[in-house]
Formats: sequence, structure tokens, C-alpha cells
Amino acid sequence: MIHHDVIVVGGGLSGLRAAVEAKRAGVDVAILSQVHPARSHSGAAQGGINAALGNHPDGHDDTWEKHAFDTTKGGDYLGDQDAIMQMTKDAVGVIYEMDHWGCPFSRYEDGRIAQRPFGGAGFPRCCYGADKTGQYLLHTLVEQAYRLQVKLYVEQYVCKLIVHEGVCQGVVAYDMIRGGFEAFSAGAVVIATGGSGRIYSNSTNALINTGGGMALAYHAGVPLKDMEFIQFHPTGLYSTNILMTEGARGEGGYLLNGLGERYMEKYAPKSMELAPRDIVSRSGQTEINEGRGINGQPYLYLDLRHLGAEKILERLPGIRDLAIHFEGVDPIEEPIPVVPSQHYTMGGIDTDVDGATPMPGLYAAGECACVSVHGANRLGGNSLLETIVFGRRAGAEVVRYLEGRADKRPPNARAAFAAVQAMEDKIDRLSSAAGAENAYALRAEMADVTRDHFGVFRDEPTMKTGLEKLLAVKERSKNVGLRWTGQVFNLDMIRTVDLESMIDVALAMAAGALARTESRGAHFRTDFSKRDDANWLKHTLAYYRPDEAGPRLDSKPVTLGTFEPQERTY
Amino acid sequence: MAEITFRIKRQDPASKKDPEARWEEYVVPYENNLTVLEGLFYVQEKFDGSLSFRYCCRASICGSCAMYINGAYRLACQTNVKHLPTVHSANPTVTVSPMPHVPLVKDLVCDMDGFFDKYEYIKPWLIRNSADPEKEIPQSPKDRKKLDMPIDCILCGCCYSSCPSVWGEENYIGPAALLKAYRFEVDSRDEARKERLPLFDNERGVYRCHTIMNCQEACPKELSPTEGIQWLKKAAVRRRLFGRLK
Repeated sequence: MIHHDVIVVGGGLSGLRAAVEAKRAGVDVAILSQVHPARSHSGAAQGGINAALGNHPDGHDDTWEKHAFDTTKGGDYLGDQDAIMQMTKDAVGVIYEMDHWGCPFSRYEDGRIAQRPFGGAGFPRCCYGADKTGQYLLHTLVEQAYRLQVKLYVEQYVCKLIVHEGVCQGVVAYDMIRGGFEAFSAGAVVIATGGSGRIYSNSTNALINTGGGMALAYHAGVPLKDMEFIQFHPTGLYSTNILMTEGARGEGGYLLNGLGERYMEKYAPKSMELAPRDIVSRSGQTEINEGRGINGQPYLYLDLRHLGAEKILERLPGIRDLAIHFEGVDPIEEPIPVVPSQHYTMGGIDTDVDGATPMPGLYAAGECACVSVHGANRLGGNSLLETIVFGRRAGAEVVRYLEGRADKRPPNARAAFAAVQAMEDKIDRLSSAAGAENAYALRAEMADVTRDHFGVFRDEPTMKTGLEKLLAVKERSKNVGLRWTGQVFNLDMIRTVDLESMIDVALAMAAGALARTESRGAHFRTDFSKRDDANWLKHTLAYYRPDEAGPRLDSKPVTLGTFEPQERTY
Repeated sequence: MAEITFRIKRQDPASKKDPEARWEEYVVPYENNLTVLEGLFYVQEKFDGSLSFRYCCRASICGSCAMYINGAYRLACQTNVKHLPTVHSANPTVTVSPMPHVPLVKDLVCDMDGFFDKYEYIKPWLIRNSADPEKEIPQSPKDRKKLDMPIDCILCGCCYSSCPSVWGEENYIGPAALLKAYRFEVDSRDEARKERLPLFDNERGVYRCHTIMNCQEACPKELSPTEGIQWLKKAAVRRRLFGRLK
């Protein structure tokens, strides 16, 4: 059995930042990741990271309080305001820190970090590195992890938490290169595995974003919070849903319908294309639904041609490459076909501002967690910020936890062995199962159900049917089996084990969406089209029930205090 | 064309039963814009659960799915089969094998540990000696522009696999690690003097590059490690001749 003081699951921005923080405090920390950290999905983020630096010529009056207000309003007042203010207050410092570590942000003539306008923001406060901000931040933190000699276990598929007497004491992982399951015991575990976009078939997310880390906590009894709030990005490529950054609109790009109209004029006359994503996605979907897609087809245009070749090549080179490679369109010459696409999971593992979950020893940060700062709708540029701010805070908090806990006994070895045994038994069962059902067919079916029944617009009959279909998929998934039982790089096993997590996370999302009889942020119901603060200004908590098909739902209050909920107009 | 044959090199060196390499063929239905990565998923899901390959972002930014496709280094996710000439022949075929000259884990998965050991060796991080300012370290757009090329490296390993100097000299750290060294040496914020230069000004470093330029041809991001290596070589030679640093 391997032991480290702290195990971080996931090597994206949140996980790296948590590990770097703990390591700097002198704690023995290891990252376990399904992919090399430099391959994490954080690297696919494009547009930028918000902080009230006030560097932009129009941003001199920006403050962290205004950033907090924009974030709160953008999230339709569901975000906890103490957490939001913590994030926006920390933002400026963590950006400078990333610069000091070498992050190649784009620059102004005077040498300061450049900023661009982004959706739902009162000031241009989105710091960027061309349109590859995520890649630049990710590589910078990978570099710091190497510098500090954080122990990296690469291509370890974490599939179970080790819990002893209600305390998290480590994880079980499948070693993809050498084969076999291994227990990694730890004084504390930080889950930083990103979102669950792949429960939708129309996601912008990387293929490994299956919600596995959320399921680790969920299956161990930790609640998932606000899972019904799924962000649809207004501009995924039509044929692949690959992301076209909001930065393209921040730089001045237009959204056009089939009549050649900038349709945002009708929906958000002040902010136009830079209204928050929930509003822009609903607007685009309405145009499509009412037959005003391009040539009546279900897509719209993102038009950058008027920006000119020079600006596109300087500020949006990655977008151009993606459009050329994946859609066959050069944005300098032609408008880009786009469609609203699943993009982000506002909900996640229930944590406080320091990443602590209700389970002692278990922490979470980044998209897999829900603090909550994004409320019912995340603003562009706030997800990268969340990863670094709350990764850092979680890394600091585990150190305090390890120092302060009364019980300093080493992790219980028997619990670790039992957890490994449970995984081995599970694989034995899957290996000997007849496999009457096909895991891949079920996965595809589930992902189409979420897309078709829990999309941009929702209503009770559609969601009820969707929930029944998900429950049917779950029932059938009990009859899947492995097609290959080899030890090395067994994708069949990983993807089959993923299925159970994905279905349970989808069910938590679906149950929450059906229960919430109001419209708030990204959760829009045609049958309850108004926000209902009297009944629903509260977080949803979903608890896993091993013996029941769906979750048990509960709620907890939202922390208000500074900004009174108002109607959102843009 | 309605169907395409995927010819895939298979090998499971850890298998006691059948550790030898072999070629397998699978017929995949053609859909418009089918990528090689999607074809591999089709094979893994429908025909053979034992097929192994790396994947993650499917949008050519993570560097996972670098392979040897139709005799060229490519990212499987970025390779649209309709752009491959062999797909338009009488027998539409795509040939996929792992990156050559890199140890194999299984099928299309290479062992990248050596690659990342060399990355780590070069101290791929910003080295500062002065105290950090309260705000950002100023950098002019002109200085920032020098980073444009090397920071777009996604560490996929194509250049490393393609370099004959790497094949012949296992200690040579190769084009990707050197491009990373260049990325920091050329960064106006970096203050390394003796920390990094001796790491590439030696028998493991720049002198092993013979400007064969395979790396430049192999790079799916169209970067030029050679350009970076030549810059480093000049810096190293300058130091040797004139004792100047940077």
C-alpha cells in the first residue's frame, strides 16, 4: 500500500493548484490522474480568466466588489455571496502569482496583462493569453508541480474512496500502465476531476469528463449540490460541439440567424452578444426552434469576418485552427456554424469555501465541486478563476486539517484492503457477466436522453419521460459485462465502470431539474418560466441511495447578505 | 465511399499468450467528417474491446492521441479521414500504428515516461532570482511575441519520435524538451543564468541536433523545434566563445 499525506485526484488546474499549495507548506502530496496532467481538460479553456486588475482602458474603475456583483447577478442569485466575494477578492492575487510563475498572458504596450470584455461583466476584466488561456495556465502549473517535485502518478484511474468510520482515508486506483488495483492511503483526499459534461451527447467537454470524481463522493454518501444547473455554451461547433470561445464575441464577433440578423438585439439589447451564456443560448435555441436557423437548419452563425485577418490571427488563432480542422471553415473568409452545446456543470460535490465536504478528510475543488460561486449560471472567465482560487484554498485547508485533527493514527489498513477487494470483486463480476447489454449502446442512449429531455428548455412532461428513460437505462446497465479482461490499458473496463457513475450523476441532475418548479439561470422551464424566490432561493442537495434508483433530495439555504435579488436584465 | 478499412497495428507486450505485433483490419462505416479517433472508438466499441489508445480532448489541444497514421505523425482527433489520399483509393484504407521509436505499452499507447523525464531534466519552469513585484512582471508585447511559437507546444511527442538523433542517442533530450528550454530562455521574465544553459550545452543537448528538420515536419501544431534549438545553440556557443550569458 502506498501512502501520502495528501492524495489529489485529478491533475487539471484545480488539482495542480491544490497540490502546489500543500507541497509549498511542506506536506507530502501526490496527484493521481487518468491522463498526464498536461493533457487535462483545463487546457481546452480558451477565452480567459476574470480578475478586477483594472488594466483595460475601460476597466480603471473595476473592483472585486463589482466582479462579485456581476457573478452574483449572472448566477441568478443562487450563488453564495460569501463564497463569491472570497473568490473575487482572491482573484487579483492569484493572477499575479500565475504571472510570476511564467504564465504567458497577452500584454498591453506598457507590459501589463491584457484584458478583454466577457459575457455578463460590467467591465472588461477577462485576462487572456490569445485564445489558449487554459493551455497556458495549465502548462504553467504543470511546470510548478515539476519544480516542487509533487509526486505524479500518471494514468491512474481512481475508482473508489477508502472510507473508515466516516473519514476519508485514501483511494483505490487502477494502474492503466501496469494493471491491477492499488490502495493509496492518505490523511486527506482532494477530488479535482472536473465536470460531467459527457453525460450529454452534445458536450464541448473532453471525452474523459464523465463526472467520475463527483460519483466517487456521491457513492460514498456525500451530497451533490445544484446538479440541475447545466450550462449550455452558445457557440459549440455545429458538427462536433467543439468550443468556440466567448472571447470571439468579446473581440467583437456577431451572432447571426438565417435572416442575417444579429438576433441578440431582440433578447439583450444592451449587452447583445455579451449577455450571460444562459440568455444567449436560450436566444439562439429560440431562433432555431422558430425556424430562423441558417437555411432553416438547426444552427446559427458566429461571424468574425469583420474583425479582419490581423485581429483573428493575433487574438483568436486557436479558434481559427479548430474551425478549419473540425468544421472546414476559415473564419477569416466565412461565418462559423455554431449551436448551443452542453458546456459546464454548475453543480457538484457540496463544499465550503475551503473545499471541505461534509465528510472529514474529503475535499473537492474546481468544476467537480459546488461551493457555490456560479449559482444557476456561470459567467465566462469565472471557471478558470474558480479552479485556481479554490484549488489553492483546498490545498491550504488540507494542511490545516492534517495539523489540527485529534486522531493522528495512520489510515486503517483493513479498510484499504477491503476497498481494493470490493473493486476486484466488482471487476470479477463484470468479467463473468454474460453481458446481455452493451455498455456503449447504453452510454450513448443515456447521453441522448439528457440532451433531448434536459436541454436549454425544459418542462415537466419532457423531463418525466426523460427520467423514466434514465431509470430504464440504469436497470439495463446491471446486465453489462466486460469484453476484455486484460490488465494493461483496459479501456473496456474503464468505460464500463464509467457508465455506472455517469448514469447516477445524470439521475441526480434529472431529479433536481424535475423537482425545481421555477426558472433560474440555466435551468429554464417553459411550464414555470419565472424565478420563484419565495420557494426556490435554495440549493438542491442530492443524496445517493444504494437501494433506490434515484437520489433523495434535500435543500439548504443560499447565503445572501450583500446583493438583494433583483430581476436580471442585460 | 460507404466503408473504410482501418488497418491497426496491435501488440500487447505484457501478454504471455501473444506478445508479438500483428496487423488487424476492421471495417468502419464512413460518415462525413469521420476522424481517425472516432474510427478507433468505433472499433473499440463494436469489434474489439481490447483495443488500447490514448484520448482526451478530441479537439487537438491535449496532445494525447499522437500516432503514426498513413506513415505520418498526426493527432488522431485532428485527422479527418476524408483528407487522407488512401481513403479515396479503390480500397479505402487508413493505416494506424503507434509512434515509432518510442517504447510501447500496448497497441497505440506509447510509454511516455522517458519523454517526460527529459522534459523535467531541462527545468521547464520560470527561474527568477529577484523578488516578485506586487503586480505582474511587466513584459512588452514584443517580448511576449517571442513566446508565441514555443508556448503552443502540446507535448504530444511527435517531434521526439520523429528525430533520428533521438533514435540513435538515448540520452539526447530531443526537440520537445529543447523547445521548452527555448521557451524559458527567450522569456524576458526568466532570470536563469547558470541554471538551465549547462543542461542543454552538453552531450545530451543542442549539439545532437543536426538540423534534419523531421521535428518541424512532424509537429501537428506546425511549430519549429529546430528554430528553438538553433537559438539555444547560438547562446551556448556564444558562451563558450566569449563567456557571455544570454
